[in-house]
Amino acid sequence: MEKIPSHTKKRHFGMVIDLDKCTGCASCMVACYSENNISFRDEESVKMLSTNWIQVFKLTNGKPFPDTEVCYLPKPCMQCDGKHFGHSPCVSVCPAVATDFDYPTGIVSQIYTRCFGCRYCMAACPYHARKFNWWDPVWPADMEKYLSPDVSPRMRGVVEKCTFCYHRFQRARQQAYNEGRPEDIREDEYQTACTQACPSNAITFGDLDNPDHAVYKLKNSRYAFRLLERLNTNPSVYYLSTREWVHRAADNYLEHEQPAFSEEQQA
Amino acid sequence: MSTQTDNTSNTPSNDPSPKKGATGWVILAFFIIGFGFSLLSGWVGFPKLLYKEVPHPIDFNHALHMDLVYDGCDSCHYFRKDGSFSGSPTLDECRDCHGFVMGINENEEKFAEEYVLEDKEVPWNNYAKQPDCVYFSHAPHVKGAEMDCATCHGDIGESESLRPYQENRLTGYSRDIWGWNMSRLGEPEYAPRMKMMDCVNCHVEQTDSKGNCFQCHK
Repeated sequence: MEKIPSHTKKRHFGMVIDLDKCTGCASCMVACYSENNISFRDEESVKMLSTNWIQVFKLTNGKPFPDTEVCYLPKPCMQCDGKHFGHSPCVSVCPAVATDFDYPTGIVSQIYTRCFGCRYCMAACPYHARKFNWWDPVWPADMEKYLSPDVSPRMRGVVEKCTFCYHRFQRARQQAYNEGRPEDIREDEYQTACTQACPSNAITFGDLDNPDHAVYKLKNSRYAFRLLERLNTNPSVYYLSTREWVHRAADNYLEHEQPAFSEEQQA
Repeated sequence: MSTQTDNTSNTPSNDPSPKKGATGWVILAFFIIGFGFSLLSGWVGFPKLLYKEVPHPIDFNHALHMDLVYDGCDSCHYFRKDGSFSGSPTLDECRDCHGFVMGINENEEKFAEEYVLEDKEVPWNNYAKQPDCVYFSHAPHVKGAEMDCATCHGDIGESESLRPYQENRLTGYSRDIWGWNMSRLGEPEYAPRMKMMDCVNCHVEQTDSKGNCFQCHK
């Protein structure tokens, strides 16, 4: 287990996504692509095959018209910390320590120069949050000049995933140090690209352990749930929905099983 | 009996025996020569093959400038408002003083004629440029830990001439980030070397932890 540097404040960054607000516009995906130098293929219409760190899924309640309901679900890396702190599914299987649970921030790191592409982590991840680079990234002419220098591009043969825009945290921390308030990073100074790009403010980001941050209240909402919660992966990404069928879709419930939230109870 | 056996055994093999001993010495000598040659070629020859010396665009005199500026290193190498570090000064910053040829010395004339008048940025060699996978920020080290510039960069501020810059022919990175000594015994004269373990050692000493991967890698 890693020791936390003595001068570092401990945080647990997380996200709350309001599915009732999400319109499925995929602005978060676009923002993520450009923020994190994610490569794309010639043919990008099949999103299941593309490399993306946040992916918007379409859920339906399966009922015929006029009862049909649709819900869009953006899915970044869940930054699980496991049943006991730091025991994320991917971290525990990585033979190269290429992925690690970052204790000071609660973010699961991915070091591309250390990864050798065995893809154990992809098999272990119950959320399919990790993507493998089958090819070297190729950008159209001149587009390479627009890449962000804060995020290193990945090569063929390594796994990549959402990092909660960790470089933005580094940037905020750097500024805090420069202004003589080390480790005191305000909520608005560190926000992920997808959070800021969301036109309907469906995504909220912050320190889950800090009562001053918006996510602290939202995660304790009675409408909050997490994906595959019963696996004890303890994800840092929470979802909000007032609809029972959405709660039901978040896990593999058997017919007789009920999700913790039900509309009848609320009514 | 013993003498007899000695004699009998000696008589037939009397001739080749000294030859055998000599061959052994010859083999040993060849081995030592070969071993020495391999060591020399590996420790002396190979670095010459791997690194090429890149000439500096301008042989910058830090000592001369330090006498003329008010704020020491910070005069030209400063923090921007967002906490990022400016690094080597840009042409515009140099131009504040070097607007025209002053004729102080050869280097100044060369700088004014080739760069200032041509409006061309100086392609300074960056000794400490890190690979793309490394994240380094000056702010936590200089502002947070209050480290001196010289701790990592050596006494470059007092130097009158730039020390040689060597570039790895394969990777294009400076030899400084590996450390000049192949054996890694002892410290280089000018400044501490900057490999990952060198960062780690200092972090463990100062903060009790080498930090997490994401702290320094991206």
